[in-house]
Amino acid sequence: MLNRVPVVPPDSCARCARCGHVLFRNPANCVEKTLALSFSALILWIVANVFPFLSFGLPGNLIETNLVSGVVSLYEQGQSILAFVVLVTSIVAPALQIAGLLYVLAPLNRGRRLPGAREVMRWLGHLRPWSMMEVFMLGILVSMVKLGGMADVVPGVALWAFCCLIVVLSWALSTLEPHVIWEQLDDATDAGAAP
Amino acid sequence: MMNPSGNAMSVSLTGCHACGLVCRLEHGHHGVCPRCGTELHFRKPRSIERSTALVIAAFIFYLPANLLPITHTAALGKVQSDTIMSGVIYFISHGDWPLALVIFIASVAVPLLKLLILSYLLWTVKHRSRSRPLDRTKLYRITEAVGRWSMVDVFVVTVLVALVQLGFLANIEAGPGALYFSMVVIITMFAAMAFDPRLIWDPVEENHEREN
Repeated sequence: MLNRVPVVPPDSCARCARCGHVLFRNPANCVEKTLALSFSALILWIVANVFPFLSFGLPGNLIETNLVSGVVSLYEQGQSILAFVVLVTSIVAPALQIAGLLYVLAPLNRGRRLPGAREVMRWLGHLRPWSMMEVFMLGILVSMVKLGGMADVVPGVALWAFCCLIVVLSWALSTLEPHVIWEQLDDATDAGAAP
Repeated sequence: MMNPSGNAMSVSLTGCHACGLVCRLEHGHHGVCPRCGTELHFRKPRSIERSTALVIAAFIFYLPANLLPITHTAALGKVQSDTIMSGVIYFISHGDWPLALVIFIASVAVPLLKLLILSYLLWTVKHRSRSRPLDRTKLYRITEAVGRWSMVDVFVVTVLVALVQLGFLANIEAGPGALYFSMVVIITMFAAMAFDPRLIWDPVEENHEREN
């Protein structure tokens, strides 16, 4: 459906005249906000991957896990494809999203464009459905209830960081408006070129 | 806001799949988006065929995903195998209705409904149906948004496998059903991506043009 979109005032949106789907939004300070949120997401991602995630067991026989240990155990049990799927959807895809956002937005905030910024921007769109942290979170809650009857499950620092990461990253992606970024990328000068 | 016919293809324009830039494209020609370099198409190429093939593949995987065990729990020498349904029944028997409902909806109902909706959309598009295009577009948007939540059971298995390693006391291993299940979710996601919702509107527009 071809729509003619008028200039959209800040913080409002245009919808498809036929199916009502949102076509275009114009959030205020799109680049700055998303950039700031991406930086916090980066810090939270590091915390979530370094610190213990969940502890489980009986006194004297306590098992501490990291975010990756589920992937490692699946791999050790010969479920390498499943391990790969979980690794990509819960750890790698969010990391790539954060890295991609920073790579595009940090120079763009100063009107610059790094080489390959357009390819990165294109991949960010394809990556989005494969980043499933919030689904992982629901899985954690369900398994905590399941295991609660057997022994104590103690949430670690990383779990809280993971919760915050989910909120911050989806907030960053919701303030990010691809149309605005694409247009600013067109106007940006290549990094290294004389201003 | 609308051009007279409403259709971008009829005036040789198309939106880039990746960046959304509206580009001029002559019929029967190949073109790439001048802004981001993605190949341009009026409609996703062979959308119906690819989507149908993926839906059939997902239906085939759906059976072992639900029939084979997703976890083997060994506790005090006894081994118990659980399928997705037995996990739901476990929660019901413990009076945990909300959780049973979450697992049932995410793992059993959503994948099946998604496959049925995609089959219905593919069937109506193939037969150039003109009924209720708006509702069908909305159905498509729902299947696209909701599909990833089916992965929840795979993540539950991952967490269980990581945590429950108490040797003889209790040990959980992932079963073959978990792999098939993740394949169902991934293949249906690809099937939904291959489907082009613009195909829903093409027969409607031909009708308008004939009337004018």
